[in-house]
Amino acid sequence: MTTTADARPRATVAPVRLPDGSATHDLRAIKVVWKRELIRFSQDRIRIGTALVQPILYVFVLGTGLSTLTRGQTGNVSLRTFIFPGVLALTVLFTAMFSAVSIVWDREFGFLREMLVAPVRRSAIIVGKCLGGATVATIQGMIVLAIAGLVHVPYSPVMLITLFFEMMLLGFTITAFGLVIAARIQQIQSMMGLMQAILMPLMFLSGALFPLSGLPRWLNTLVHINPISYAVHPFRQAVFAHITASPVARARLNPPLTWWGWHVPIPLQLAVVLVTGLVLLGIAILEFDRAD
Amino acid sequence: MTKAESSAPDSPAVVVRDLEKRYGEVQAVAGINFEVASGETFGFLGPNGAGKSTTISILCTLVDPTGGHATVAGFDVVAQRGAVRRNIGLVFQDSTLDTYLTAEQNLRFHAELYGVPKQAVNDRMQQVMEMVGLWERRASRVATFSGGMKRRLEIARGLLHSPRVLFLDEPTVGLDPQTRSSIWAYINELRQREDITIFLTTHYMDEAEHCDRIGIIDQGKIVVLDTPEALKESVGKDRVQIQTADDPRAIVEIREKFGVEAAVHDGAVTLAVPGGEEFVPRLFQELSVPIKSVNIARPSLDDVFLTYTGRTIRDAEASAGERFRASPMAAARR
Repeated sequence: MTTTADARPRATVAPVRLPDGSATHDLRAIKVVWKRELIRFSQDRIRIGTALVQPILYVFVLGTGLSTLTRGQTGNVSLRTFIFPGVLALTVLFTAMFSAVSIVWDREFGFLREMLVAPVRRSAIIVGKCLGGATVATIQGMIVLAIAGLVHVPYSPVMLITLFFEMMLLGFTITAFGLVIAARIQQIQSMMGLMQAILMPLMFLSGALFPLSGLPRWLNTLVHINPISYAVHPFRQAVFAHITASPVARARLNPPLTWWGWHVPIPLQLAVVLVTGLVLLGIAILEFDRAD
Repeated sequence: MTKAESSAPDSPAVVVRDLEKRYGEVQAVAGINFEVASGETFGFLGPNGAGKSTTISILCTLVDPTGGHATVAGFDVVAQRGAVRRNIGLVFQDSTLDTYLTAEQNLRFHAELYGVPKQAVNDRMQQVMEMVGLWERRASRVATFSGGMKRRLEIARGLLHSPRVLFLDEPTVGLDPQTRSSIWAYINELRQREDITIFLTTHYMDEAEHCDRIGIIDQGKIVVLDTPEALKESVGKDRVQIQTADDPRAIVEIREKFGVEAAVHDGAVTLAVPGGEEFVPRLFQELSVPIKSVNIARPSLDDVFLTYTGRTIRDAEASAGERFRASPMAAARR
């Protein structure tokens, strides 16, 4: 045990004085919660590395395997190129969800309480967590974007920037959704199963792995109800805007997303994702406000 | 800083009036009253489930009382929650550190969350980490720390924002005896160096001796509240233990000559008498059996608890465990 403290002259540091709650204080809280997400992410090298395994399987194994069935029907664009933006969306979906439910670990190991007892608005903590999840998911998505060249998608700056913002938006919404769920999960054990049960339908009903053309009515309806679809389509649109695809390929692989025959514009689709995210964020804040 | 923030330094740090907390049928806190003076170290003692943790949770604004009221640092724990939180430091029973972060990162997180002025953070952080002897380890991940180091880091973190009142909920629970005493060395040093009120709970009776005053709580009520010395005095009797050449005969003689019942405990003739120091010389004069050694023990707080509740703290814990298993602090984790 150190006893040198006694030998040292008494410290002359004045006691700290805390200001009353203010906007700058809230911003600092948001920033530090966000930063912690990034620190935790950067330390998890294994997670960053293994996160490439799933996309590679989807793109090269599933994409190549299924393309034997569709040979000649997708014009000059391969199924691998088609699946790529969908896999980007899935990467964001899984990473953001994982980031959000880490709050269940924080609860289990006590750190959540350190956050909840602080003299700061709960909303600041939740917003920080959402931005952190969005950032981490976007970084992970950018790593997957690095293999774009292998599926004949050019590294166009406009596409990269567009995808960057779209991934942030989707990441934000998914993290908010994850927090709404995490607020109700009491046990880590139940979390994994629950995550699978929620993520799988969201993934399969989003159009990430199959095009929206010629679906049966019930499936078409489910896809249109799923908010993730409104992020997957803009992702794919961003990619298809920068590849040379024949009209046949576009019609087969990138059909427009429609509401009763009306082509929903991309900004409106992104707005759907944003509004969904904000509503979920509000619910998450209410839930954690009660969680003393 | 508003003028409401700076209440007079000599006003009580904690005021509790008719405080009640009811969980359905269970009366966890049954109308308690006490005050803790500014600068005091106050120990809240009782078996697990006696209402200590509920009371501390109310004072820390984590749980709302169902009756009565309380102020901490001059602020109402229900109506002025934010002001209370800015003025208290908390060290919980269970660790609330992020073990993936370094010691310094944990403290910086706290400083940002509490809004410690930026220019003050570095100095203050060094000060509190030096106080608990962890400044050299600041860049280490908390996962590499021992249980005692983690607790010391939490104490440092609880002090980072210069709270007026530091709450320590079972600060030494789960630590080995050597680490426990080192934690107490740090707490005692802290009492001298910082102008702070310490409110702690413990169910280790020996630790209560470190406090200026202690309150004993049992079944949601405060049984007694005083300085450790006064409490021990009120119990009255010292424990005298002697080793003799012939224990059975010594016991008989003590009964005949002093009218005191003695018995062999821990290999020594043991008896309880008021004023042990005066009693022992008489023992030497009157006993015909040679005395080999003498030990006089002042009453312990264990004896105090037994006197005031009629139970040992161990017995109380066993029955409380059945009555009130889930403490609210544990419930808040879920």
